[in-house]
Amino acid sequence: MTTLKLDQVSKLYPSTSRGGGLTPALRKVSFELQPGEVISLIGESGSGKTTIGKVLLRLTKPTSGTATFDGKDITTYTTRGLKDYYRQVQGVFQDPFSSYNPIYRADRVYDLVRSSYFPKVSDLEWSAKVEAVLDAVALNPGDVLGKYPHQLSGGQQQRLLIARALLLDVKVLIADEIISMLDASTRVDVLNLLVKLKRQGLAILFITHDLSLGNYVSDRTIILRHGAIVEMGATGKIFGNPQHDYTKMLLTAVPELHKKWQHTPLAPVAVSANGAGIAEVLSSNAPASPLARAAIIDELAHAEQVVKRDLRAVFGSARAVASGKSQVAVALEPPALHEFEPDHLVAEPE
Amino acid sequence: MSVSVENLSVAYRSRRGDVTAVDNVSFSLADGEIMGLAGESGSGKSTLGNALVYLDARMKTTGGTVTVDGKELPIANNNAMRPRRMTEVSLVPQYAMSALTPTRKIGKLISDLLKSHHVKDRDAVYTELRRRLALIGLKEDVLSKYSFELSGGMRQRVTIIMSTLLNPSLLVADEVTSALDVSSQRAVGEMLIEFRDRGYIKSAITITHDLSILAQIADSIAIMYAGRLAERAPTSALVDSPLHPYTQALLASLPEVGVRHDQVTLTGIPGRPPSLVNPPSGCRFRERCPFAFAKCAQTPPFEEIKPGHLVACWKVSQEHADTAATAPGLPLKEQV
Repeated sequence: MTTLKLDQVSKLYPSTSRGGGLTPALRKVSFELQPGEVISLIGESGSGKTTIGKVLLRLTKPTSGTATFDGKDITTYTTRGLKDYYRQVQGVFQDPFSSYNPIYRADRVYDLVRSSYFPKVSDLEWSAKVEAVLDAVALNPGDVLGKYPHQLSGGQQQRLLIARALLLDVKVLIADEIISMLDASTRVDVLNLLVKLKRQGLAILFITHDLSLGNYVSDRTIILRHGAIVEMGATGKIFGNPQHDYTKMLLTAVPELHKKWQHTPLAPVAVSANGAGIAEVLSSNAPASPLARAAIIDELAHAEQVVKRDLRAVFGSARAVASGKSQVAVALEPPALHEFEPDHLVAEPE
Repeated sequence: MSVSVENLSVAYRSRRGDVTAVDNVSFSLADGEIMGLAGESGSGKSTLGNALVYLDARMKTTGGTVTVDGKELPIANNNAMRPRRMTEVSLVPQYAMSALTPTRKIGKLISDLLKSHHVKDRDAVYTELRRRLALIGLKEDVLSKYSFELSGGMRQRVTIIMSTLLNPSLLVADEVTSALDVSSQRAVGEMLIEFRDRGYIKSAITITHDLSILAQIADSIAIMYAGRLAERAPTSALVDSPLHPYTQALLASLPEVGVRHDQVTLTGIPGRPPSLVNPPSGCRFRERCPFAFAKCAQTPPFEEIKPGHLVACWKVSQEHADTAATAPGLPLKEQV
């Protein structure tokens, strides 16, 4: 059993604001990815979902906590071991157009795999291998081989990249927003491809902000917010019976074809109302309208960027700065998770 | 009729000759109507929207007229269009998140806008601006901020506020929700409805590839394919009983919340849209259409099948004619 496991992983980035400080991108995230399992990782921008993918692909190191593959800490891999790790764990990213060098033909990405992983394979064997993986992603070799990236559609490019991962002995695929830039008509083909690969035993971490796409492909779902898990478990349970307020809010905001949002007209605003809106909404008990709520989310997101706090106590980092200026800062300790029902964990409200 | 577009064609100049991105498109918008314009990338939807407001140097109109509030819009003439922009037609551009220059504060951008449009009563506009900011839950201090100090959702809403400040009759909103999270998407969508209800804009064209957003905010939806309109209908008719095979395939490829792969397998549309450099004759969806037959080699007319429901498809027109012939006077049954 090859499993990829995150244990209490936190990641702090240096804050972009002047004066330094650290911004928490991940707060003690733990979960496991089993073979043949699709986990969708859902969160809004800034929730830390891409950072998780980066940690797993060793593109960034966690500040604390461990990420293990088959029980071995992935940060300990050096050249040989790392190469072997990438043979088994591969990533595909959001923008296929920037994954290729426009000067070269698109299938150059396959040649690069060949030269570093299969230098001894004969031409004949190699082209048979390439055709097999192209067949697996439902591409016709004649349509795509020898073409330049601009001659291929986004869906074709994205499938070529998935096929590239399949050339290796890949066990885990980190798919970071791989279909958000594709048209609806080609999206589904890529989604169905993921389902097919999963049935063949591939583990997939499907990172997305689109709840309906995540729901379609995944067995388990993790909802992230401000770098912490707020709800996780079997996909059917999370979507069928969401418990955390944030999950509920996300679900009501998803546009559906056959169900209209309930539009509540906004209350008239006095001319003098000078930014008092947010404080009023926060203090009153009345349910906020989606517009007002989005304003609050904006405020929180913005405040997070500028927040400076003393992180020394928690992480023993020497470079932390304290000022405690903002009242809306997220606590570094993630909210505790408790079991709502089997295979359905919910975080305490924050 | 507040907006009417007749036989509009827009071409891009290229070294291999003109590429007609919008081919003979006609439609009209009633007062207060929000029309959604959807289609795949490269279908010409953004070109159509941009052509109504601003033709860039690569584009030229090759025919057609646009009328707003009974007056013709000189869309091919950039100088004549200048005073009409913001007051009659206005655009929220694609990538509005990066449409705000990082070198000026938001308030300065707005005062520039008022200056270039020779607005006399600025105080009244500023009062209105403050009211609108408060309405959508933005603090007045965004005016003294730079665009990069705002979050994506805030930037998108500031852009819409600026585009609608002088109460245009027609607002063209190009992919305003695409780069946003679901909660901000909803807020922006509701903001458009709210602005329409309050009369800040008379009518709007919302361009997006996301049909489920349009189902929420649009009164009618037009589907574009390879430079031509394929179908146009009131939102509920288009979503619940689409007639054009392309619309049907597009809707069938959308996963809905709660649908999982082990219950329903969705299907995409095989093939790719045709190249517009040398478009095929006849119906442009023919190559990918499961129902294509001999007649599809001719260009289908964009005709009204039911009140307000226009379709460009030979199969639909034929079935419609058959039903009308066999059952005269009876209400039409749902077809397909």
